[in-house]
Amino acid sequence: MAIEEINAGGGILGKQVELTQYDSQSDAQTSRAMVQKAIDDGAFALLGTVYSGSTIVNMLVAQQAGIPQMTGSEAPKITALGNPYIFRTSFGAQKSMPKIAAYLKDEMKVSKVAIAWVNSEFGKGGHDAFVAQMEEKGIEVVADVPSENAQADFASDVVKLKGSGAEAIFVYLTEEESARFLREAKKQGVSVPLVGETTLIGQKVIDLAGDASDGTLGHVSLTPDAPIPAVQEMAKKFEEKYKYRADHNAIKGYIGAYAIKYATELVGELDSQKVADKLHGLTLKAAEHPGVLMDITWDDTGEVSRESFLVGVEGGKQTVKATLPAN
Amino acid sequence: MAEFLQITLSGLATGSIYALAAIGFTLLWQASQTINFAQGEFVMLPAFFVLIGMHVLGLPLFVAMLFALLLSLILLGAMFKKLVIEPMLPHGTLPIVMATIALGILMKESVKEFYSAEAQPFPALVSDRTVDIFGASVSFQDIANLAISLLVVVALQFFLNGTRTGRCMQATAQNPGVAEILGVNIKRMVLYTFLINAALATVASFLISPIYLAKFSNGEPIGLVAFIAAIVGGFNQIRGALVGGLLIGVVDNLAASYVSAQYRAAVPLLLLIVIILVRPQGIMGKAEGRTV
Repeated sequence: MAIEEINAGGGILGKQVELTQYDSQSDAQTSRAMVQKAIDDGAFALLGTVYSGSTIVNMLVAQQAGIPQMTGSEAPKITALGNPYIFRTSFGAQKSMPKIAAYLKDEMKVSKVAIAWVNSEFGKGGHDAFVAQMEEKGIEVVADVPSENAQADFASDVVKLKGSGAEAIFVYLTEEESARFLREAKKQGVSVPLVGETTLIGQKVIDLAGDASDGTLGHVSLTPDAPIPAVQEMAKKFEEKYKYRADHNAIKGYIGAYAIKYATELVGELDSQKVADKLHGLTLKAAEHPGVLMDITWDDTGEVSRESFLVGVEGGKQTVKATLPAN
Repeated sequence: MAEFLQITLSGLATGSIYALAAIGFTLLWQASQTINFAQGEFVMLPAFFVLIGMHVLGLPLFVAMLFALLLSLILLGAMFKKLVIEPMLPHGTLPIVMATIALGILMKESVKEFYSAEAQPFPALVSDRTVDIFGASVSFQDIANLAISLLVVVALQFFLNGTRTGRCMQATAQNPGVAEILGVNIKRMVLYTFLINAALATVASFLISPIYLAKFSNGEPIGLVAFIAAIVGGFNQIRGALVGGLLIGVVDNLAASYVSAQYRAAVPLLLLIVIILVRPQGIMGKAEGRTV
């Protein structure tokens, strides 16, 4: 949708943008091959991947070729490896966790917490960042339950978490597993609050888990329900065009495409290296660059700084409870 | 205690669904020496038939389920036998193994290509309320899964032992040559076996999809677990597959809770190795002699 809008508005520096899609199948090795293929096909910039386990592998290919890559991945490690060509569209877990920890401590007054997390690059990064924050805030972690990627049966996980005496459960799983977890938690009558990140309260999870997602809370970087007119307008156009509701990943893709456009126009020429250099330390204000939807800054590692939201799910819909400042 | 009970009951509920798929393995093996490595995909696919019925044809849930059952009987029962097994059977077991592996991949990729690569919500057949049993909160869904699976197995046992057709099927499985001399239409009996396998896979699909969500890749774990369950229980006994399925379901949950969540997938395999070493015919299986 972003590329169509950019092309309708005259493209980038007067040139029409050609978008080619490659299916990574959420598989690290396939994604590596696809990124190589995209570069061999002459890609000027890359959008994706979202799955952290894939990005950590395929970003090395983009780095070798010197092609800027806008990723939707949130594993902290991705921007900690010194790759000058990787840029996030949504901040890493290490930036989310302090906000969640503060909410657990100050708003929910929680002193004991349990963690359900997926044993993958994404999950490990988030888990470690969360545990570090719990130590800092003096909140006791009473159960620490890892699960496998694509796990289907969460009965034993939920039993352990339920019996741990935790006052809240932090759920850090990928979306499909989050939905299965929520269904199992509802089945077993878990009564303590379930708190998580985008992957717990995203639209896809709500669609899959149904009313089992009601009452969950999460910190999100991007949501179509953000109290920001530009985001809501984008979400509305998306739904009209594709007949389903935009989720955070749709918004990430939209912002990524526009970020490439604006950075290239600031450089003034179609030079991938110069675009990557320009993005480091760049701030794009939504007032002047409406495609980024919200003011956004990339630091010298490609990490993002931006406002975020605390969201609750009620009646199958996300409700923004608070807007949290950029950190 | 409540925790142990909760884990055991959840394991039994999931295990009973594995048992349905495992019984399919044993039936096909007995009827046609077929090891169906697409069995997991046979469980995955009917859920998508239901979704097509509901979302594409606009059918209500229970009509869509009947539609799915009918399609499964035709495609996964009759057509599977006619187009895949019959041409391969004269060439021995190995070509059938390869053909069913290929079929499984084809089914998986077709669902991904023509329906969706993403998990789909699947409606639960019963209420999601829970009841308290000695401190363990057990859902109606778990109770229904266990009850429906056991009912299906009991009905199948009754059919095989208590009806003329069932006994003819058993005779065909034990010795097709003699059965034919005695006037049994062995081709029809083998077809019935394939149809029953398709029906079992369909029931398993209806029960497991509300929990696992409908996804193209669901077949792999289900097929593997059902295969292990069939071997552990005894590949030539229906009640063995039932015991194997229930045992694997409970052991998997207990392992995840009390041993290690990371190694939960390894525990059923360890059980398999122990059974093969100690009792190669499986817990309930009978040793088979074969002339070489």
